[in-house]
Amino acid sequence: MLLREVEYARPASIDEAIRLLAEHDGARALAGGQTLVNVMKARAASPDVLVDLADLAELRTISFSADQSALEIGAMVTSSQIVGSSEVEVARPILAEVASTIADLQVRNRGTIGGNICVNDPTNHFPPLLVALGASMTIQGRDGERTVSAEEFFLGVYFTAVGEGELLTRISVPTRSAGTGDAMTGITLGAHGTYIVSAAASVGSVGVRIAIGCVSSVPERATAMEQQLVGGDYSDAAVKAAAAGLGASLDPPSDVHAAADYRRHLAEVSAVRAVLQAAERARG
Amino acid sequence: MSEPTTSRTVTVTINGTMVEREVATSKLLVHFLRDDLDLTGTHIGCDTGNCGACTVQVGGEAVKSCMMLAVQADGLDVTTVEGLAGDSGVLTPLQRSFGEHHALQCGYCTPGMLMSATALLEHTPHPTEDEVKVALQGNICRCTGYWNIVEAVVAAGKSGSA
Repeated sequence: MLLREVEYARPASIDEAIRLLAEHDGARALAGGQTLVNVMKARAASPDVLVDLADLAELRTISFSADQSALEIGAMVTSSQIVGSSEVEVARPILAEVASTIADLQVRNRGTIGGNICVNDPTNHFPPLLVALGASMTIQGRDGERTVSAEEFFLGVYFTAVGEGELLTRISVPTRSAGTGDAMTGITLGAHGTYIVSAAASVGSVGVRIAIGCVSSVPERATAMEQQLVGGDYSDAAVKAAAAGLGASLDPPSDVHAAADYRRHLAEVSAVRAVLQAAERARG
Repeated sequence: MSEPTTSRTVTVTINGTMVEREVATSKLLVHFLRDDLDLTGTHIGCDTGNCGACTVQVGGEAVKSCMMLAVQADGLDVTTVEGLAGDSGVLTPLQRSFGEHHALQCGYCTPGMLMSATALLEHTPHPTEDEVKVALQGNICRCTGYWNIVEAVVAAGKSGSA
């Protein structure tokens, strides 16, 4: 399929990328292109200028924060890089586990974590996972950088806290402490297909964080379920009881894959499974 | 300073030969390969990034050339199915294994299958059946039912190099 004519620039620095994004109306950052190129083919998006981030090596690194409390993942890090990262394996292996289930190998070789979350397609893997893990995102603009929590980051489909003339530069994920367990599960189209509903959970010493995907334009925190589990009883019965009412609290869409009521049901089932697995991992 | 343009000179090493061309910035890599360089072994199947018929190697990794702009390959090595046998015309063990195991029927998906499997064998010279299935998950075949393809790749791994 032929794309509409589009201007293209390949900046050599983050500052230059931000200048290009700020100075050109209809400019859009191009990461791996595994979503953007396709939506451009379908004319669902028609940016006037693509700002290719390919040469910004500083966005391709995975490292630890100075105090070692967080894993710092550059926005241009690919899913395949996350799968093969020894830092991720040590500090937050759920990221690699989930990255290895995204689409297929060719897509993982080019698709980036920054692109995945800036697209914020409700079926994407990283948005609910990063909400459950309590990640934060660093956004750079002409006036410097700011950091927002994952919950503040996701605003809608293709709509995040990254404003015009700004660039997501990195994602910070707290390193796993002893007694922490993470899990992500859901119901997919086929064994490795797109999620119909997903749930991510992180069990730690301060309680559990649960985020549901595919039920709204942003990942939904299951706060009522979290509060019912503050006592730390992660038995089958307690977790199932805590999930009761989660479905009714959601307003998911109906589509060809699942009716809204079925998604409400799947949200409870997925949340239970994710919490039980996370709790089992937390016990070690 | 890099200013936006609608056309750009790219330098790409394709199957070992350095190529410098002026390309429209909106041109997909698969169209650059097929239309500008006459390398028609790389197929366009679904053109939506699902089927994998357009798989090539860029920078040593399997990617779908219908989901990449030609300008994104600037400065990188690209290998297409034409680059496997090379000028000698001697097929690789993987290509021979496809023939021996009847791993193709209509042949449309074959270039993509070969490129994904070649990348796998370069990273994992002796893959298990499960590793082959994961590596080929992004390549769809509508004729064979996959069994013969998986067997061909596993056999190529057992026989030695890709």
